[in-house]
Amino acid sequence: MITRKVRKWEKLPGKNTFCCDGRVMMARQKGVFYLTLFLITGTCALFFAFECPYLAVSLSPAIPVFAVLLFLFVMAMLLRTSFSDPGVLPRALPEEATFIEMEIEAANGNVPAGQRPPPRIRNVQINNQIVKLKYCYTCKIFRPPRASHCSICDNCVDRFDHHCPWVGNCVGKRNYRYFYLFTLSLSLLTIYIFTFDIVHVVMREYPDTPLASHRLNVLEVLVCFFTLWSVVGLTGFHTYLISLNQTTNEDIKGSWSGKNRGQNPYSHKNIIKNCCEVLCGPTYPSVLDRRGLLQEDTPIPSSNPVPQTTKTTAPLIPNEHTPDDAKPSIAASAEKSSSPKEEHPAATKVPPLASPETDAETSIAKERAH
Amino acid sequence: MQEKLQCSFCSTALSFPLQTATRFLTHSLQDLQQPAVSSKVFIQRDYSSGTICKFQTKFPSELESRIDKQQFEETIQTLNNLYAEAEKLGGKSYLEGCLACLTAYTIFLCMETHYEKVLKKIARYIKDQNEKIYAPRGLLLTDPIERGLRVVEITIFEDRSIGSGR
Repeated sequence: MITRKVRKWEKLPGKNTFCCDGRVMMARQKGVFYLTLFLITGTCALFFAFECPYLAVSLSPAIPVFAVLLFLFVMAMLLRTSFSDPGVLPRALPEEATFIEMEIEAANGNVPAGQRPPPRIRNVQINNQIVKLKYCYTCKIFRPPRASHCSICDNCVDRFDHHCPWVGNCVGKRNYRYFYLFTLSLSLLTIYIFTFDIVHVVMREYPDTPLASHRLNVLEVLVCFFTLWSVVGLTGFHTYLISLNQTTNEDIKGSWSGKNRGQNPYSHKNIIKNCCEVLCGPTYPSVLDRRGLLQEDTPIPSSNPVPQTTKTTAPLIPNEHTPDDAKPSIAASAEKSSSPKEEHPAATKVPPLASPETDAETSIAKERAH
Repeated sequence: MQEKLQCSFCSTALSFPLQTATRFLTHSLQDLQQPAVSSKVFIQRDYSSGTICKFQTKFPSELESRIDKQQFEETIQTLNNLYAEAEKLGGKSYLEGCLACLTAYTIFLCMETHYEKVLKKIARYIKDQNEKIYAPRGLLLTDPIERGLRVVEITIFEDRSIGSGR
């Protein structure tokens, strides 16, 4: 048996891509992110190349300097949003999942045959408001309040706001402030470039300008004009959400709007306090240990049929035996599950687990292997 | 009855003193091995105060025979207080946030955040508690950060070591 050390990110479930040996974490589809990068750097490059020399000379050298600083800030915020862990909640390890299942079974009592068991919901009271915690069949946990499962990244994310294709990542608890600062600084940068483009057009005499740079000027103005409306609008929307301490997800679902739904229990009822909490609150650490080391035991292909112990020295690899976890099925609790690690017969009997499709898959796979 | 022990490398039979020593060491090592895990208890999060990290102080029935209710509650309460300290919204955290923002958060490349400092404190506290209180009773606390700050996992080991007078 070969034992090798792998980084934990290599074994993480979910549809994320990792770079720089686990330091960078993004969604799988990155095409739109590259477009964002191209638009920002392209427009700024044109601005610095064609407008700034003139503006620095005729108005003030501070203009390009401030533009550079703003551009660097925008890029820093964008990369920070895109590359950081949004607040992914790791999936429950098998023992924890079993424990929760047993608690649910105990709470449900005896369900008559043929009837669907009740939906898996826990009620908690927060600030005199009943909040329902839903069970995530993929991650096998009861989601904390404000968490939601992102189907694109296949992860539960804490304080889930939305999945943003422009930054190529989810926006959640850990990177929301960077996302907001990105949209805010990008709005400022767009307004800045737009303003000075107009100033340049007004001030400069046309017979002197070569035709090519005139066309590029128009291109910049167009890009800035369209970006302005969308980005400034988005910044305004998120400013509104921050002042109310709401997430985009909650806003879309209408969790706290309308008379029947109740009031937002997370809001401090004070705009400044809400803003301070979201933007200047403590920076939460990542609970996904991406760069930790894990011992992986891989059997040697030509080994004798001696039963191998599959015990690893590190905590069990999460979700190892449910690789293609099926969609949630409410009626799925009657089937017995078979642990795929059958070489090591477990002393404890595993109670029925949700999503029987996986169990069918593993049992078929085992039959094929023999 | 006693099989002849051989050297793994050169396959020559071991001398009698070496055989005795090997058998003694193997037997001692078996005693030093980890006792088997009997079960695990998971202390869930308490969301009644909102989304801050706080664990339920309700005493689980599985631990009744192993540890005092008061001792357990004290451990969980101290953990809750430490997490509250980490997530406290106040002048210090606002200052850290604003300063970091001005440097475009590059300051975190060289400086540790307040939360990370408290997490280290928590790790030390849990290690200390394990050594002093939980290990002698055949229990093991797992740092909640290793479980995504979702649960406090308490591993209950089999009781066999208590009988042999260790």
